[in-house]
Amino acid sequence: MGSVTVTNVAKAYKRYPTRWSRLVEWMAPFAGPRHELTWVLKDIHFTVEPGEAVGIVGINGAGKSTLLKIIAGTTQPTTGSVHVNGRLAALLELGMGFDPEFTGRQNVYMAGQIMGFTVAELDRMMPEIEAFAEIGEYIDQPVRVYSRDMKMRLAFSVATARRPGILIVDEALSVGDAYFQHKSFDRIRRFREKGTTLLIVSHDRSAIQSLCDRAVLLEAGSIIKDGDPQEVMDFYNALIAEREQGTSTVRVDWAPDGRARTTSGTGEARIAQARLLNAEGEPVDTVNVGDRVTLSVEVAAHEDLDRLVVGYVIKDRLGQPVFGTNTYHLDNSLTDVRRGSVYQYRFTFPANLGVGSYSIALAVHAGDTHIDLNYEWRDLAIVFNVLNINRQQFVGSNWIPPTMSCES
Amino acid sequence: MIGIVRPVWNFRGFILGSVKREFQSKYRRSMLGGAWTIIQPLSMIVVYTLIFSQIMQARLPGVESPFAYSIYLCAGIITWGLFAEIVSRSQTMFIENANLLKKVSFPRLCLPVILSLNALVNFGLIFGLFIVFLAAVGAFPGWAMLAMIPLLVIQLLFSLGLGVSLGILNVFFRDVGQTVTVVLFFWFWLTPIVYPAAILPDRVEAMLRYNPMYPLMSAYQDVMVYGQAPDWASLWPVTLAGLVLCALGVRLFLRRAGEMVDEL
Repeated sequence: MGSVTVTNVAKAYKRYPTRWSRLVEWMAPFAGPRHELTWVLKDIHFTVEPGEAVGIVGINGAGKSTLLKIIAGTTQPTTGSVHVNGRLAALLELGMGFDPEFTGRQNVYMAGQIMGFTVAELDRMMPEIEAFAEIGEYIDQPVRVYSRDMKMRLAFSVATARRPGILIVDEALSVGDAYFQHKSFDRIRRFREKGTTLLIVSHDRSAIQSLCDRAVLLEAGSIIKDGDPQEVMDFYNALIAEREQGTSTVRVDWAPDGRARTTSGTGEARIAQARLLNAEGEPVDTVNVGDRVTLSVEVAAHEDLDRLVVGYVIKDRLGQPVFGTNTYHLDNSLTDVRRGSVYQYRFTFPANLGVGSYSIALAVHAGDTHIDLNYEWRDLAIVFNVLNINRQQFVGSNWIPPTMSCES
Repeated sequence: MIGIVRPVWNFRGFILGSVKREFQSKYRRSMLGGAWTIIQPLSMIVVYTLIFSQIMQARLPGVESPFAYSIYLCAGIITWGLFAEIVSRSQTMFIENANLLKKVSFPRLCLPVILSLNALVNFGLIFGLFIVFLAAVGAFPGWAMLAMIPLLVIQLLFSLGLGVSLGILNVFFRDVGQTVTVVLFFWFWLTPIVYPAAILPDRVEAMLRYNPMYPLMSAYQDVMVYGQAPDWASLWPVTLAGLVLCALGVRLFLRRAGEMVDEL
């Protein structure tokens, strides 16, 4: 069990106007500083409880990696302190500081010894590390001939050869082939179940939502949101969409089931009403597996618009998309929309979904994605449950009924 | 002080492993392997002996043995080699290990320890061979040889203090690295290693007294050429300089270690 306490951490890098300024500053310490500070982290304050999994998200340059480096102990904070309780294993920027001239095996021993294992222990761990990394003969080749993937496989295998109290992973899981990603996620999940505290940086929404209990959103070096992963990721996505167009604000309110609902957009067109209807046209919040339902969306244009596209995404309980499309892809985008017009959209489809809770996010925008000219994006616009009333038993988030035969 | 030494001691497994790995990898891709460690110093001893004592008939003033001059040369060059290796490698150690420093957390002072142990291993091999040579030509200095231990301790103190301080400075001011290479070259020739101090005019010799490596080198030469105990009193300045440099290195390290990683 390991915990991490980050207290008022801030980090600044010194920038000197010329190469000589630093020398002058060192030589004449009383003449005052000659550098400017560039703050990359400001006033970071959070605690990770033992066994908790926290995802750190934010755009590039928000300070995520610096924060992980400070927690891992390779970088010192300018102010504040970090207290780590428990054995920590860190995978920073895809590496364990491998020496390119040494073989993979030698590097495993080096990394292992830094982690505090003895040669005898490493001798015993080696077969398992080799087997997990699956890089074959390359283990005895110098690391400089390795591909990025192979380096990362080996680094992950060493760092996780023994279950650490705290595991820190910086982006490492976003590279590499799908097969190894699965394998490493499985290992991380198993560690989680046994109580390893996890801190990961990732851009991958599904990784954050399926692994983490909590997410922290960093923006320009400060924590601007700390909470439920689904809520933080929705807010983050809205923030990205907004950044692309530069106006409007992101709003958060509460969905009927108590979850935070993020709405963003410039507001030239808005969602006036959104309902899920059954075959009889009545609004419903529970749906039987396989029943035909209709998503009814009313969109009002508040300005004259060149183009209007409406899209929706059905998401599962963890916020992972199950299915999504929009009127652009359905060859039905509207052009030259007049101010004041109201449109009634109806999307009818069979609810071929597994049992569980689902949500529908809606978007009204101009392009083929909500990234450019986002008029309105609304997460959790509709929340509904799927029940299995009269179908055969099955598991999973999709209903794919087979026909079957068996011959002898 | 304990606060600095304890974590390094805890990482002794990593330190020893690193020393072993570096030694192995140095010769891993060569066909003769470890034999090269012997061939290089052996050829040096042979060449110096042949050229200076046999071909040039160089004699040290006041010593009759035909091998005296080559022993004099080797005594200085082998020990200077240890000094130069530690200084020049420790001034680049933080830069060369940037990748490791940025990605893994470990006591940074393991690096100079690893480097010194490596240098000592290389020195030990060459020096061992040199002792065999001394014994073979009947010039083994006897008990005076024990003086080598304190002499090496003093030299290590001096070269590590200097090397670590330069290593930290070099991260911030890359010109340091270039300067050191040039300075080491001049320093070598400003120390009586290849030539005996006796051939120098008195005025020049008096100036060389300010060179801390001069008394150290002549102490080695006293032991190995003349079989005498060194003039201990002359070694005070270099010992003191070594201690001051070590203190400076530790101080620089404590104040700049955090900033150093930002700069790499």
